[in-house]
Amino acid sequence: MAERSFAKEVELLRLTAGEEFRGEGILAVTKALLQSGVAYVAGYQGAPVSHLMDVLADAGEILKELGVHFESSASEATAAATLAASINYPLRGAVTWKSTVGTNVASDALGNLASAGVKGGALIILGEDYGEGSSIMQERTHAFAMKSQLWLLDPKPRLDSIVTAVQQSFELSEASNTPVMLMLRIRACHLHGSFVASDNRRPPFTAADALKAPQRDPSRIILPPYTYEQEREKTEQRWPAAVRFIRENRLNEFIDGPESDLGIVLQGGLYNGVVRALEHLGLADAFGASRLPLYVLNATYPLVEEEFVRFATGKRALLIVEEGQPEHIEQAAHQFLRRADLQTRVLGKGPFPMAGEYTGAVLKEGIRAFVEEHSPRLLNPVTEQPLLPASQLASAVPERPSGLCTGCPERPLFSSLKLLQKEIGPVHVSADIGCHSFASLEPFHLGASILGYGLGSAAASALHSRGDRRPVSIMGDGGFWHNGLTSGIGNAVFNEHDGVTIIVDNGYAAATGGQWVPSSEADAPRRTARLSIADAVRGVGVRWVRSLNTYDMKGTLRILREAMSTREKGPKVIVAQGECQLNRQRRIRPLLDRLRKAGKRVARKHYGVDAETCTGDHSCIRLSGCPSLTVKPNPDPLRRAPVAAVDHDCVGCGVCGEVAHAAILCPSFYHAELVDNPGAIEQFMQGLRRALIGFLQRRTQRKRALAW
Amino acid sequence: MVAGEPSPRVFKLAIAALGGQGGGVLTQWLLNAAEASEFIAQATSVPGVAQRTGATLYYLEFFPRAAAEEAGGDPVLALMPQPGDVDLVVASELMEAGRAMQRGLVTRDRTTLVASTHRVFTIGEKSALGDGLADSDSVLQVARATAKRLVALDMEALAREHRSVISSVVLGALAGAGALPFAAEACEQAIRASGRALERNLAAYEAGRARAEAAAGGDAPVASPNSASLYDPVPVPRNPKAKALMERVSKEFPGACADLLGIGVHRLVDYQNHRYAGLYLDRLRSILELDSAARQYTLLLETARGLALWMSYEDTARVADLKTRAARFARVQAEVGAGRGRLMRIVDYLSPRVEEICGSLPAWLGAPLMRWGFTRRIVQAFTGGRKISTDRFWGYLLMRAMARTRVWRLSSLRHREENARIREWLATLVELAPQDYELAVEMAACQQLVKGYGETFERGLSRYRAIDEALPTLRNGSNPASALRELRDAALADEEGRKFEATLDRLCENRPAA
Ligand code: SF4
Ligand code: SF4
Repeated sequence: MAERSFAKEVELLRLTAGEEFRGEGILAVTKALLQSGVAYVAGYQGAPVSHLMDVLADAGEILKELGVHFESSASEATAAATLAASINYPLRGAVTWKSTVGTNVASDALGNLASAGVKGGALIILGEDYGEGSSIMQERTHAFAMKSQLWLLDPKPRLDSIVTAVQQSFELSEASNTPVMLMLRIRACHLHGSFVASDNRRPPFTAADALKAPQRDPSRIILPPYTYEQEREKTEQRWPAAVRFIRENRLNEFIDGPESDLGIVLQGGLYNGVVRALEHLGLADAFGASRLPLYVLNATYPLVEEEFVRFATGKRALLIVEEGQPEHIEQAAHQFLRRADLQTRVLGKGPFPMAGEYTGAVLKEGIRAFVEEHSPRLLNPVTEQPLLPASQLASAVPERPSGLCTGCPERPLFSSLKLLQKEIGPVHVSADIGCHSFASLEPFHLGASILGYGLGSAAASALHSRGDRRPVSIMGDGGFWHNGLTSGIGNAVFNEHDGVTIIVDNGYAAATGGQWVPSSEADAPRRTARLSIADAVRGVGVRWVRSLNTYDMKGTLRILREAMSTREKGPKVIVAQGECQLNRQRRIRPLLDRLRKAGKRVARKHYGVDAETCTGDHSCIRLSGCPSLTVKPNPDPLRRAPVAAVDHDCVGCGVCGEVAHAAILCPSFYHAELVDNPGAIEQFMQGLRRALIGFLQRRTQRKRALAW
Repeated sequence: MVAGEPSPRVFKLAIAALGGQGGGVLTQWLLNAAEASEFIAQATSVPGVAQRTGATLYYLEFFPRAAAEEAGGDPVLALMPQPGDVDLVVASELMEAGRAMQRGLVTRDRTTLVASTHRVFTIGEKSALGDGLADSDSVLQVARATAKRLVALDMEALAREHRSVISSVVLGALAGAGALPFAAEACEQAIRASGRALERNLAAYEAGRARAEAAAGGDAPVASPNSASLYDPVPVPRNPKAKALMERVSKEFPGACADLLGIGVHRLVDYQNHRYAGLYLDRLRSILELDSAARQYTLLLETARGLALWMSYEDTARVADLKTRAARFARVQAEVGAGRGRLMRIVDYLSPRVEEICGSLPAWLGAPLMRWGFTRRIVQAFTGGRKISTDRFWGYLLMRAMARTRVWRLSSLRHREENARIREWLATLVELAPQDYELAVEMAACQQLVKGYGETFERGLSRYRAIDEALPTLRNGSNPASALRELRDAALADEEGRKFEATLDRLCENRPAA
């Protein structure tokens, strides 16, 4: 089950020819796949392509009708390997993941796939997470295309362009026997727009057809002598075929403009931003009519040398708008023009910064600098709105980093780790990718490095020295099944590591939207779940394995202490269990509502802080950081610091009480039990208690009143 | 056609929201409303991870369909806002409005800013050792100066009032502010079409609309969320002894200090008894003699505030007393019972340490128990986390019994310790004031370091002690008062005391290593 139910979106996948599709970019891609007669789809979730996976997971019926095979791959490497079906058979297949992290994981299979070449169209849909708010290292997918000879499309961010690009990718792939990567920037994936749909197509050839008549072509095997043959084929046949296809089908666009001695070459994905920047400079209108000629590269690899030369001829200077580094396109442009002996100047990085996202402001500045240098008369003396001096607010607006959700089960684990360090001193924490990587931020400050998904344990490999404080590695259940079981745990057993690995078992791939993982407590359609992490760990030879419930901080601390001090040799593995609260609430809320409506007794807890006894030191917040544990102005006029307070979103997970006890904080915390539809006896007893206690309270109150 | 300046017909709207506030739903409503009103509409966002925190920006552009058809083309709509080129900015939290302004999205010539005035505090603000809250007033001030039009209202409160989500209120506020290029009805229709929790969402929408419409006319007064609501004024005393005390306040002390001292006296009568409150006033007299109207009684006020707090230190009796009061039960009911369900139980989390248990015993008993290892171990058996159901009979009686230990409070071990510290502090103030008034004021303010329970208390106390010890060295420096202030701020900078140690090292160079 994913974060959202996509029942509504699934209906969009049924649209027929002529109907208007209105929705998100990544859903448009999903629809385009079905329109292209795709035979199989696989992938690994990750922003911004999770929704593609989520929608297809919910679209079982349509897929069955069309005879399309879909699976949630164990990793990007699995997904890439899935494309092997297109090597020998005319099957159209598509896989998806988040780039460049996923592409890194997939690159073994991708390299081999590219070398073998494909018969059926093979499409790799990449969600690029580059720029603002990105949660991964910043690299270019372009380099993968170059090293493996995979083609790379970067279409204009409009739904119709993207849908066409999907269709063309398959054709290009088949025309050149090469897998094609289609890159979509994060904003394009989440773009809401529209396009006119066509009918879905059943794949003309299916897996069943393939299995009935298995094919094999030794020249597709990666072994000598074929490997050298394949490399030759890449350069002598597939490349020219791809260039021919791109040229003949006009994948790239030439937009004319009156200022023909200058020109802008741009990646298709940046088209809208460039046009807007030109419009701001008075060089284009709202419909994209530009004074400067534009050469829009919807296919950024391979580049078409002939087109480049044609565009540059007669121009004094070209501006290359290419996001990220190194500037591969700019370098190629230099080469092309040198070979053609053209004296056109080429600028790119220079007017534009080498690193970082090409935001609206960056584009405008870069283009302005280019035009100013070569044709200053084109620029109107624009009167800029003076922007607010940011300094005026710099100190006033605090940062708002991501953090764990209200009631998150991982919070008490990290609070316990913090308390453990108070007892035994600082430990080296090797962090991993997942929600738990937020532990490296405020208020936990845990984690010295993050090396990749599922690599938390592996990243502590070199830090083992018997007798000293053991390193602690963190790994999520997602990362564990992705590769951590072998790369981390198996490796630690084999090499007799002494460290501690904590596997955070929250039941879902939570950070990407709550997809199932093999250990989910799920009755997932078409999948087998409920695999035990502890059994898997024991299976690869770990002897010291403990499971714990993270919400029990006392128990957690006890096990952590034991793990750090036990004489047992070999890796120590702790399976820290606690259901992802986001998904838990989504699961139980409707359930409780139903019970409540049916008149059944439903109890829930709500935590609180007594403002009168709270002294406003915020130790509790520094230990927990729950979004619902917040502050409010101190009601005591004598005090200055705001007091702690629990807001209405508290889900009553109990961590506030656990922290108060485990860290011996203060007596300010309480919890209130609220009951819907209480029983008659219960109500009577409560009435009785209230009466007795009320009597005593009134008496003391009278006494107190008399003293004043 | 090549326009000379940005096309005026693309309408640009940025939504600055927090994760979990329903920015996605709001965006969908706006898209539906725009499309129903014959606009070509586009929206994007960078939602990041699924977690319900962090700031998120949604960006929408609308273009009239008719104009596009007339021009025979499709407008090229952008995917991110350009600084200085946004017509409407909506912020569903005050600091997010600040962030939008920081990014240059709000400009005087064209931007309407619709902002909620409520705060969702960031983890950085919340985890400060003292007051770390950002200054809301300055953000509002800048907003007023920067936006073409500011429509500010507490959307969170309206959402809560109507048991709905903030996105409904935001949409209402947008419609009410009259800043959208299409009619308010289209927004309402969009909510209707979406179906779920319809009545509440519509009510919240309507409330937002009405409030924004009113606010759009003038500049609605905006309550600053930082200002603390004061306690009820001290009630008029009836008890003769209390009356006498309040008379002392007005006779012996300057009028400017009467309110604060009144609160102090009332607090201490409530805490212990009239004698004890009298002691408070006696102690303040010695400070009064050193102070003057010319100095606006700064030292006296600061001391009065600190002394009242210090003399009402939170011991077990005090905590139990406060937790058993009827007013407290009512407060809990109001705080948590606002939602559904009947309040059936209040459970308090106590975790007494050896120090607290021995401290609340009479000194003759507590001190020896603390002294020896084996007796400490006996006491240890009573420590550890305890959950007490304060509104059940036995739990209540237990808490009440603890509250009653206040009868021997003044002879308890804890009191002996606190009293000694208070006297030392006052003596220091008396000594400092004639020579360096500013320094004395700063020292008086150092009382705020000694607060909290358990480890927090120990930590604060040890920093207070270190400051006390550093005083002679500081007095040799060029500006002792500002040095002390710096040291005190450093003591509140981080839990581990890194800044404090560094500052201390710098200010007292030849200090023996800590
Ligand atoms: S009990 Fe505390 S930690 Fe748990 S949800 Fe409530 S406020 Fe957050
Ligand atoms: S609730 Fe307790 S730990 Fe939190 S700020 Fe108040 S006194 Fe400190």
